[in-house]
Amino acid sequence: MRIKNFVWVGAAVSLLAGTGVFAAEGGHASWQRAADNEVTNLPSLQRGARNFLNYCSGCHSLKFIRYSRVATDLKITDEQRDAYLVRPGDKFSDYINTSLPEKDAIEWFGKAPPDLSLVTRSRGSDWVFNFLTTFYADPANLQTGVNNLQLPGTAMPHVLASLQGVQSARKVTVEQPGPDGKPIKVEQFEKFEPGIVGSLTPEQYDEFARDTVNFLQYVGDPSQVERQSLGLWVVLFLLMFTAIAWMLKAEYWKDVR
Amino acid sequence: MAAVIEGKGGFRAWLNKRLPVDQFVEDQLTGYYAPKNFNVWYFFGSLALLMFVMQIVTGIFITMHYKPGELTAFNSVEYLRREVPYGWLLQYMHAVGASFFFIVVYLHMVRAMLYGSYKAPRELLWVIGMLIYLALMAEAFMGYVLPWGNMSYWGAQVIINIFGTIPGIGPDLVEWIRGDYGLADATLNRFFSLHVIALPFLIALLIALHLVALRQVGSNNPDGIEIKEKLGPDGKPLDGIPFHPYYTLKDIVGVGLFLTLFAIVVFFVPTFGGLFLEAPNFEPANPTSTPEHIAPVWYFTPYYAILRAVPDQRLGALLMALSVAAFLFLPWLDRAKNKSIRYRGIASKLLLGAFFVSFALLMWLGLKPADPIYVLLARIGTVVYFGFFILLPFVSKADGNGPVPDRVTYHAH
Repeated sequence: MRIKNFVWVGAAVSLLAGTGVFAAEGGHASWQRAADNEVTNLPSLQRGARNFLNYCSGCHSLKFIRYSRVATDLKITDEQRDAYLVRPGDKFSDYINTSLPEKDAIEWFGKAPPDLSLVTRSRGSDWVFNFLTTFYADPANLQTGVNNLQLPGTAMPHVLASLQGVQSARKVTVEQPGPDGKPIKVEQFEKFEPGIVGSLTPEQYDEFARDTVNFLQYVGDPSQVERQSLGLWVVLFLLMFTAIAWMLKAEYWKDVR
Repeated sequence: MAAVIEGKGGFRAWLNKRLPVDQFVEDQLTGYYAPKNFNVWYFFGSLALLMFVMQIVTGIFITMHYKPGELTAFNSVEYLRREVPYGWLLQYMHAVGASFFFIVVYLHMVRAMLYGSYKAPRELLWVIGMLIYLALMAEAFMGYVLPWGNMSYWGAQVIINIFGTIPGIGPDLVEWIRGDYGLADATLNRFFSLHVIALPFLIALLIALHLVALRQVGSNNPDGIEIKEKLGPDGKPLDGIPFHPYYTLKDIVGVGLFLTLFAIVVFFVPTFGGLFLEAPNFEPANPTSTPEHIAPVWYFTPYYAILRAVPDQRLGALLMALSVAAFLFLPWLDRAKNKSIRYRGIASKLLLGAFFVSFALLMWLGLKPADPIYVLLARIGTVVYFGFFILLPFVSKADGNGPVPDRVTYHAH
């Protein structure tokens, strides 16, 4: 390669660095799975909304979105909205708040259950999916009797146990190099084993979690579907604009010798 | 020109008697001759101006909905994204716009370094440009604090505390900047004031000075030779063409290409994998919960990596300040006769290439946690970074004096 090119390569590397070839990466444990949800899948979003309001909204709020916005975006009719979506005592124009008083929550769980409007944006959809699917029996936890692989020591009880059942985790002890180089023994998760059986099969439960995550991803950025469909037209327009501008420029620049 | 105007009647003559519109267009656009051999690197000046205007316009509308204050800021940004018609578009354009502004400014600087555009007689043009860059860094930093997310909070914490390492006045200075004993409501409100009024005014003024200085000395070009030295019989530079219509039309093509890329990011990947909008910033500021690792936005990370590469905090802060300030001295550190890298020797090319690579490396490292291997790489990067500025006077003097062509290289297409 000629030296002249070297400078160009350096400049190009700087450009690539700036435009972010290196998005944040994170290590993946063997049990971590992708949520594989599709935010354009309307039936999935509707099921997710139902799941959330039946199982989550007792404790978790979605304080940045209104029932009416969910109904409009998810193509839920006004009758269905008032019958199934809006919780008793709320108006359809209300934000989706929880009826759990914060003081009681802190007394019961040690901390208030967080608002979930932006959880898929701060943690990621895969994180939430793995959180929902990796509860396991842990007798050491006297409060809830369960633990979680994604969020060890979580204060949240396994509220979906009636659906998933309560699986148990088989752990093995392995030797790893410690911080000082000497091998130390650590407990490592190996696999889940069926424990108490729930009302859903594992596949059905994954679907349940996937729909719920999908709904939360929609709530995190409700304009995302509209944004992408509008974006296509904007980009097409700009490409046409650029082509015409280029032809005009070429016409004028013919005179430059 | 003046005679032509007087001959005409009507509104235009009336206007020009009172405001020199035609004279201005003649001086600045149709009668301003720019070298005809500009390449793609020359798009980034006009694109930087475009980004400035875009940030101002989107900022005006965002300010109509944003509510500074530690209890209201985060919620008002979510309100803007969700409930204001096309508020999401404004917010993403402004946030992604900040990153694109820096991409453009960095490429604009790379251009100047490739073709020696900072060399005499353009030293002041370069220094004013660097002042714009400094003001822009302050503007972007304060803008990043405004949504009052958790990364806003902790990023501001880290950056403001750097001032605390200044001997003697450090702790008092930090308190003066924050306006409180901790990072709080007072800090957020003053950052808002500076972000929407003081700094935009300052940047606008500096841009005006940058353009006046550019018109005074004329543009450099990829060959780094002065077109004013070869005039035709009409007194116009032989290798120059009127800025309008030639470069206005060419710049519009650049604008089209640039906006296409910009739109792809805004509409399809606005967070850009956590690089333009960091994930922890979707949680409200929480003084009791530190994000897993605090990284500034990518455009600050080269300097952040230099800060962390030094074991002593105070020395690290000094080196970081020096790494930014070093650019100001480029016009006097470069002692070559020729401007453009095209007419310099292999050593100059390698030196500049190594500098670009070290800058990109440090940028990447600043996003990484401070693991031993990354710290070691950051130290190597820091040595190369400063090595460039230290070696430049000698290398440029030794191999920057070869023959240059008489006229600019231009192939008509």
